[in-house]
Amino acid sequence: MRLDEQTRADFPILERIVNGHRLVYLDSAASSQKPRTVIEAMSQYYARSHANVHRSIHTLGEEATELYEAARERVQRFIGAASREEVVFTHGTTDGIDLLAGALGRTLRAGDEILITDMEHHSNIIPWQMAARDRGVAIRSVPLRPDGTLDLDAFERLLGPRTRIVAFAHVSNVLGTINPVARMAARARQAGAVVVVDGAQAAPHLSLNMSLLDCDYYVFSAHKMLGPTGIGVLWGRRALLEALEPARGGSEMIKEVWIDHARWNDLPWRFEPGTPPIAEAVGLMAAIEYLEKLGMDRVAEHERALARQAVEQLAAVPGVTVYGPPAAVERGAVVAFSVEGLHPHDIAALLDQEGIAVRAGHHCAQPLMRWCGVVGTARASFSVYSSPEDVSLLSHAVGALRSQL
Amino acid sequence: MTPAPGAGLYSDVIRERWRRPRFRGDLAGANKVAEDVNPLCGDRVRVMVRVADGTVAAARFTGDSCAICTASADVVAELLEGRPVHEAASLDTEDVLGVLQADIRPTRMRCVTLPITVMRQALTT
Repeated sequence: MRLDEQTRADFPILERIVNGHRLVYLDSAASSQKPRTVIEAMSQYYARSHANVHRSIHTLGEEATELYEAARERVQRFIGAASREEVVFTHGTTDGIDLLAGALGRTLRAGDEILITDMEHHSNIIPWQMAARDRGVAIRSVPLRPDGTLDLDAFERLLGPRTRIVAFAHVSNVLGTINPVARMAARARQAGAVVVVDGAQAAPHLSLNMSLLDCDYYVFSAHKMLGPTGIGVLWGRRALLEALEPARGGSEMIKEVWIDHARWNDLPWRFEPGTPPIAEAVGLMAAIEYLEKLGMDRVAEHERALARQAVEQLAAVPGVTVYGPPAAVERGAVVAFSVEGLHPHDIAALLDQEGIAVRAGHHCAQPLMRWCGVVGTARASFSVYSSPEDVSLLSHAVGALRSQL
Repeated sequence: MTPAPGAGLYSDVIRERWRRPRFRGDLAGANKVAEDVNPLCGDRVRVMVRVADGTVAAARFTGDSCAICTASADVVAELLEGRPVHEAASLDTEDVLGVLQADIRPTRMRCVTLPITVMRQALTT
């Protein structure tokens, strides 16, 4: 059975009728829909076990703490992390990068360089700009080749003794390009830099193993991988996390506090100030269970086939330009496209009239949009419940767009 | 006949002004100019105005924008021409929506208001 046939009934929202049509949800890269098990796990948690974690010495507090820490262990196994101390809960990918930029930023000195790439999401640009600001730190960026992949020769040239941080996306949220993380990480570390990988578009779609990727920090969000909004994961090498001075403070992250100083808590809580997103951790745990039951290799294969179909069908529509690597090249579950003479927002609004949800705009990647030579694009993206019929409906609807405006 | 899917979404006025804007283009001798972007989509609109004797003698716009934003800019330019500056600067969203004759959803309202904001910037600086 196809993955979408197996999973479709698990997602109550897919029963919705939008503008008189069956909902065709092709915006999963922005945020995926949630299976019933995730929704129920969270409501069960709130209905039965909710209390604050860690220092609530009563039954509910213990249950909540157990669930929260069980979620951490589930994440640890899901991403192949060496220990649970390496798994820090954040509020999402942006928050994870921001946390790192704040903490790593303090170690930067004038003349240092941060190396990013031209395909980054604003979440992997702005925190670094803020870390660099007022410190005399320069931001450099790896250009793209015409096929939408990173220019790795330029990457080698840009890496130098001044490069302190290298930050890049595992999978581009616009082009779908899958970057060679292990290869880039190895080179960056040889050059003495710390490697931060934005896994927002990879974690929902690819089987992850931190020891194989071999970077230093890896961040992602739950809500793009069938889980709830408001929680994300920051994985870091234990030795590096141990040595990293936290830049955010508050309760939970301390061991002892005096009026003028404090001692930090152990890992991973040292980086989790305040009450954490507990129900969201429970939801994330359910999402991982759901994905693991399907099998991440099957998930990846399903979405790769949909992306290939979308690239081929959309590229065959007159007036349509598809961005990113050609159909034959492996890509993530996103396909960005434009229609000659139509603004991306008008494309999305017209498709919505037929119940088809796509993203339109700059996708929080304005430098990349400039590289594409456009203000924005439309983007279709896929998840486990997306079907070949969804993709065909999209390409037919796109084919009819130009007569409508 | 079933109306085209876009029919309910975009009024005839919007479609007509998107296809054939009347006030799009550069303006020679413009003495009031402003430009801004819509942070949601990256749309960019530039409004150029020539003011003579306290009255808007001519107005034009350029930019990369969607159908709604383009139609709004076109209407704004039309409404500006011939008006005293103080009166032109007080044109608001309701005036533009009245001409567009469309039911604009909240998520697209900034497509309507961007040209109005830029026009005010142009006239008041």
